Amino acid sequence: MVSRTVLFNCDEALQMKAVAVLIQKASAFRSSIWLSRGERRANAKSLLGVMSLGIENAAELQITAEGSDEAEAIDAIASYLAQPEF
Amino acid sequence: MAPVNLKTIVREFNLEVIADFGRLEDIQIAVADVTRPGLQLAGYFDHFGPDRIQVLGNMETAFLERLTPDDRRQRLDALFEKGIPCLILTRSHAAWPELVECARKYEIPVLRTQDITASFTSSLVKFLNVELAPRTSLHGVLIEVYGEGILILGESGVGKSETALEVVKRGHRLIADDLVEIRRVSDTTLLGRAPEIIRHLIEIRGIGILDVKELYGVSSVKIQENVDFVINLELWDEKKHYERLGIHEEETDILGIKVPSITIPVRPGRNLAIIVEVAAINFRQKKMGYNAAKALTDRVFGPDY
Repeated sequence: MVSRTVLFNCDEALQMKAVAVLIQKASAFRSSIWLSRGERRANAKSLLGVMSLGIENAAELQITAEGSDEAEAIDAIASYLAQPEF
Repeated sequence: MAPVNLKTIVREFNLEVIADFGRLEDIQIAVADVTRPGLQLAGYFDHFGPDRIQVLGNMETAFLERLTPDDRRQRLDALFEKGIPCLILTRSHAAWPELVECARKYEIPVLRTQDITASFTSSLVKFLNVELAPRTSLHGVLIEVYGEGILILGESGVGKSETALEVVKRGHRLIADDLVEIRRVSDTTLLGRAPEIIRHLIEIRGIGILDVKELYGVSSVKIQENVDFVINLELWDEKKHYERLGIHEEETDILGIKVPSITIPVRPGRNLAIIVEVAAINFRQKKMGYNAAKALTDRVFGPDY
């Protein structure tokens, strides 16, 4: 299991789209990927779950991944959250 | 555990604010207990928990009423001096000037309700117990089927949301999709609900977000429900052994409480909604004392087997 903390860096108008792309990226990995913010933890492959974290710009998120491709997964998700492109 | 601030309590119980010194949001309550400070007003402070909400009811106010204003000030001062989070007057009792004076001295909020003391304190303790309970969030779906709260767990894409939708269509209720917040409200009870932002929404791949309450009406949803039973959905694994009789009892641990559970293998063409529904009925029947698998062994091997 690997874990890392990142800051979400995204313009407000793009958040919904950014989250949708994030889910797609996460779903491409076999590992279980979790995002936590404060005491709430959501599956990164679930749209409603991630939405419920109420992520805003500069939110601090902890990413946890567990599975056969956990290292690639956490790299991909961390770099996406720090600089979303779509 | 997240503490509750006084503002939440004021809003929940519709309390009248006599004095707040702008501190309602700063003061956090972390214990699910309230004190009626009878002994403390009489001067006894051993074992006193200063982190608890203090409630003055008929008895305490009658006692204080009999004192001279100076004596009253002294005794109230001794109570406020301990740094209590707030003081609540029940039955709309009037606040003496000395009480407000002491409150101002230590900047401790004074609140008031018209309720009677016993029912107010018991609902306050119940509310605090729920708010302060240990909690966790799980990736799953919570539905209520025939009165049983059923938590469906499983990997992404295994069909939890689709199952929930069909269960709702069959007349049962949705509590949470995707993320379920679970609180341990007592040593035997788990309470589940959805985070408010995504309450009663469901995501179906290929369609997107659906609002179940708008689509199927108020009778198809519920705010919260106990977690009575867990169904683990997993992709069918040819090598794994699945329960055939239903004699073996499986349990899933959530926040230290063991919840009865079953594991259902998923394969295209299996109607999961019916399976979930029948699992709920079967669970109720077992609770009421009948076990079909046990009845079958009795028939085959005799009741003494």
